[in-house]
Amino acid sequence: MTVIPFDKKYLDEKRAKAMPMIQAKNLWKKYGDNVVLERMNVSVKAGEFITMVGTSGCGKSTFLKMLLGMESPTSGELLLDGKPIRSEPDQSRGIVFQQYSVFPHLTVLENVIIAREFEHSPLFGKLFGSKKRAVIDEAKALLESVGLTHAINRYPHELSGGMKQRLAIAQALIRKPRILLLDEPFGALDPGIRADMHQLILELWREHQLTVFMVTHDLSEGFYLGTRLWVFDKLRRDNQAPGAYGANITYDLPVTRRKNEVPYELQTIAQESQDF
Amino acid sequence: MKRLINLTPSKPLRLLLGILPFALLLVVYLIASDARLAENANDKLLPSFAQMGDAINNLAFEPSKRSGEYLFWQDTLSSLYRLTLGIFIAAILGFTIGLLTGAIPTIYSPIAPLLTVISLVPPMALLPVLFIVFGLGELSKVALIVIGVAPFIARDIQRCTQEIPLEQLVKAQTLGGSTWQILVRVLIPQLLPRLINAVRLSLGAGWLFLIAAEAIASTDGLGYRIFLVRRYMSMDVILPYVAWITLLAFLIDWVLVKISTKCFPWHYQMTTK
Repeated sequence: MTVIPFDKKYLDEKRAKAMPMIQAKNLWKKYGDNVVLERMNVSVKAGEFITMVGTSGCGKSTFLKMLLGMESPTSGELLLDGKPIRSEPDQSRGIVFQQYSVFPHLTVLENVIIAREFEHSPLFGKLFGSKKRAVIDEAKALLESVGLTHAINRYPHELSGGMKQRLAIAQALIRKPRILLLDEPFGALDPGIRADMHQLILELWREHQLTVFMVTHDLSEGFYLGTRLWVFDKLRRDNQAPGAYGANITYDLPVTRRKNEVPYELQTIAQESQDF
Repeated sequence: MKRLINLTPSKPLRLLLGILPFALLLVVYLIASDARLAENANDKLLPSFAQMGDAINNLAFEPSKRSGEYLFWQDTLSSLYRLTLGIFIAAILGFTIGLLTGAIPTIYSPIAPLLTVISLVPPMALLPVLFIVFGLGELSKVALIVIGVAPFIARDIQRCTQEIPLEQLVKAQTLGGSTWQILVRVLIPQLLPRLINAVRLSLGAGWLFLIAAEAIASTDGLGYRIFLVRRYMSMDVILPYVAWITLLAFLIDWVLVKISTKCFPWHYQMTTK
């Protein structure tokens, strides 16, 4: 009789692959009497690209903030790898906001290496000499991958909106987070630059094997980028008490079609979303 | 004709318009002074520029008969020493309190209400207390400046700290920054130009407290001299001294602006955009 050796590590790995990375279990979020999210049950596997759309105030940003740890659930659970997600932002989750994401008093290069300096220099938050050179090389490589090599010594106020967002993305990636959160990152950009940014973010998503959550107002952008699109909306409404019921994910659509097409049945919604 | 709000004077015209009020004041003074002196050569109220020059020449370039010191420079040095020391201590104190209360909620809760109340106490009303506690020496004058200026700086810095976008603090945390690191690398560098601003704004109050303290109990200083010669109605000393103090205040302000634009270029370009 052969005995199969019990390999805990192997089993854990296998289990981890099957287990969803993010799980929401009966998640509620209320501010006082105002219910923002109700009864959310959803699970996300590692490597998915989730895009979230919906009207303003429907809780998609709140959900993103909960993933980030800026807000905690009122009731229910939000799990990362089966454990409650930390109720404080940390380096496991990178973030790019629509604006104010970069430090105005640091140059492009300094904005990126500051993350490594936080890591290696607990007292001063600053590196010197050979350690600094090593970090600079790493940062330069990353800045090249987002196309900012020519601007590494400029300050953020000297950059265009698109370049600022490129910098914010590079900054978010240097600590190698597994999850990247994007809060309407391209909302303020011109359409042409936006298309460039779409290519960039898709490349980085593949290259760094990220799990991405992106809030957007643009439905076609959501379909183009995501592997899965969530529409947030309220299932129940009480016109006398608009805050009485919360939103939930009303559509959870896997996006498997050709990436640049909006499915026919959703084209009318896409048209409406222009008016958001 | 364009609307008045759309009319902007050209650059040379702007310069001319800027100088005009100064020139006018000067001319008005000259005429008035001449008229009074013509009536009574011993008039003390509006001395001529020659009289003022003489008075300052005596104080600045001839040793005092009593102590052998050059009084004008001695006064300037003492006053500047007190002012810079007071403002320096107030800036450090105010910056620390403002930063910590603005950045850390558990420090804000106990300190902020106290700070608000303290900043409402009129510092001049505390001057007797300072004289009683610290004596009539240098300490009480510096202490008055500190007490008068530090709460203002602290509240200003506290407000500036709270105005730094939350996004930046969240971002720093996702980059792995601890509270200490975020203070040192994100908040303090961004607050330094704002501290210089706060100091500039508080210098006016600083001069006020300095001159008040010197007027009441001192043996030298610009404020002391002005109040001393008031007894003899020596406008020929008082007016140049006031002009000198104004010039000093202007120079200090100018130096601070220069330092700030030189060291923190990103701050200025950020705010003009």
